[in-house]
Amino acid sequence: MTLAGRAAIAGIGATEFSKDSGRSELRLAAEAVSAALGDAGLTPSDVDGLVTFTMDGNAEIAVARELGIPELTFFSRVHYGGGAAAATVQQAAMAVATGVAEVVVAYRAFNERSGHRFGQVSSAAAQQVNTSGVDNGFHYPMGLATPAATVAMVAQRYLHTYGATSEDFGRVAVLDRKHAATNPRAWFHGKPITLEQHQASRWVAEPLHLLDCCQESDGGVALVITSAERARDLAQPPVVIAAAAQGSGPDQYIMTSYYRDDLAALPEMGVVARQLWRQSGLDRSDVDVAVLYDHFTPYVLMQLEELGFCGRGEAKDLVASGALELDGSLPLNPHGGQLGEAYIHGMNGIAEGVRQVRGTAVNQVAGARHVLVTAGTGVPTSGLVLAAS
Amino acid sequence: MIDVEEAARRIAAKGESKPRLARDPVNQAMVNNWVEALGDANPVYTDPEFAKNSVHGGLVAPPAMAQVWSMAGLHGARAADDPLGAMMSILDEAGYTSVVATNSEQTYHRYLRPGEHVSSSIRLEDVTGPKRTALGEGWFVTTRTIWRVGEEAVAEMVFRVLKFSPSARRETVPDTGAVLRPVVSRDTEFFWEGTRKGELRIQRWGGVLRHPPGPMPPDGDLTAEADYVVAEGTGTVYSYLVHHHPQVPGKKTPFVVALVELAEGVRVLGELVDADPESVYIGLPVEVTFLRVDDELTLPAWKVRA
Repeated sequence: MTLAGRAAIAGIGATEFSKDSGRSELRLAAEAVSAALGDAGLTPSDVDGLVTFTMDGNAEIAVARELGIPELTFFSRVHYGGGAAAATVQQAAMAVATGVAEVVVAYRAFNERSGHRFGQVSSAAAQQVNTSGVDNGFHYPMGLATPAATVAMVAQRYLHTYGATSEDFGRVAVLDRKHAATNPRAWFHGKPITLEQHQASRWVAEPLHLLDCCQESDGGVALVITSAERARDLAQPPVVIAAAAQGSGPDQYIMTSYYRDDLAALPEMGVVARQLWRQSGLDRSDVDVAVLYDHFTPYVLMQLEELGFCGRGEAKDLVASGALELDGSLPLNPHGGQLGEAYIHGMNGIAEGVRQVRGTAVNQVAGARHVLVTAGTGVPTSGLVLAAS
Repeated sequence: MIDVEEAARRIAAKGESKPRLARDPVNQAMVNNWVEALGDANPVYTDPEFAKNSVHGGLVAPPAMAQVWSMAGLHGARAADDPLGAMMSILDEAGYTSVVATNSEQTYHRYLRPGEHVSSSIRLEDVTGPKRTALGEGWFVTTRTIWRVGEEAVAEMVFRVLKFSPSARRETVPDTGAVLRPVVSRDTEFFWEGTRKGELRIQRWGGVLRHPPGPMPPDGDLTAEADYVVAEGTGTVYSYLVHHHPQVPGKKTPFVVALVELAEGVRVLGELVDADPESVYIGLPVEVTFLRVDDELTLPAWKVRA
């Protein structure tokens, strides 16, 4: 038995992306789920499963209550921050494929800008009484206490090992912002940046400039997953889940896997990649669009290497070659990514993958049939291959 | 967490509050009390005959009384759209519960005469912080009040307060009170006991060193027992970063955090103190130092090896 092709994404929904939603996170979740169901041509009473991130503030039962979803036979949460994004879809697909549930909605909603900001120092992360708190005891008290700082440590070693420069990181930001500039839903719609602006932006955690770091956003995204068979009878052309995988690597930590032999790598994404190709029967050369998690630019370069689109240390050349432009061989983040569209913990990237396969994206890549989507990096992570049916 | 700067931008963007009419028009009774209380004997404020022959051609009110006219009274409340009130509430919520006025600069455009009825409007000009002050960490909040008669501005005031969080403790190193403390488990206790004694202890399972430490040996042998070695404390920078934003409790930005490869072969992370960020590089020789926070906690850190 394989998961490949068993389930499909039948609906996508989202709130607006803002810096101050003016409403509760639960309201955002309810709006996103409602929109996704509407998109699929389903109603709350069709839903029997809900899945989200452990970091999400909205319990499955709260979302079910607000929307009048009468009964749930499946509810689940995935851990490790943004690494959960594609895994919520995997959980849903597994539930659907095994008959545990028929219609599962994966959602993520937060006021990450106007409420609790992930970019600030989280004393709660440092002081949690569990193994992660003990792990953080070797980092937070020493002053390594923000996501940007944890990435900067790896990025510095990457620069050193492969002779890359801050400008190589910057080209990822410029590309994302270029794509966001023509996406009316993007926060940075109409606001492209130049490499010079990237270089001139203030240091956050050297070697990361401000413009290497994704924005902070308020908003919600939801995805409706059902069997590929049922999806064919619904309102939208089904987007088949050709592969869905999670991955954790050797000596794994949350953002601080600093004790492995090779610091300048993301082996957990390699674990995901190997499964994606095997499950889908596809190869990296079949990928028409790549939606890669871009909370920080260095990890986009390292993902390209880990996913096998180029050799170690060669991502800087791949980016500079123009291959990641909309008309290139591997268009990257046509919606503008989290640097440009919004930071909804990777879920807006999955929605973009769905639009690309449907052929309805604002920056549509012609003839896109296979889209690769990845989740948060630096943490145990996940990925998807979405395909036309 | 409350974003004070964002809130300030929102309040400032609302502009001036609606003009609030003074309780009473400018009146002689209030002027008489005020000049008496302040000991101002200038007859131009109180003697109609004298005033008539002065440059004013009649009685005027002391300009410094501008704020008197618009005071809300003993039991008065701020207007709902008063930006200073809104900003104070935000800062109260953010934990900056104490207030002290620091500046008041008034500008008088002309004298007021008895019978004139002033209104006042306030706008938020600036919110700066958080600043460390002798009183505690706080934000400087600056407002501008404009008094008008009809449409005509007659006086203005730039008013600044420090809204602060009183420092609870007085310490030799004020920064360290806020340091993030490690969660310590049975598996990591020995490490922190070591730093308290000025030892950098590395867990040892037979011949294998392990850091960060844990409850199991690399080979999974349940009968094995761990001990530790005290590291010599020298190594080289394996990677590092220079932290600029945001502020980190107990640290002064910019600061360097380094992942150091010890001579013993394991990597240990700590702040690289007293180093010029510009001079740090991968491979830089460093040695351990210990930052004592209090009786319970000492942090391992690095300094450049001489």
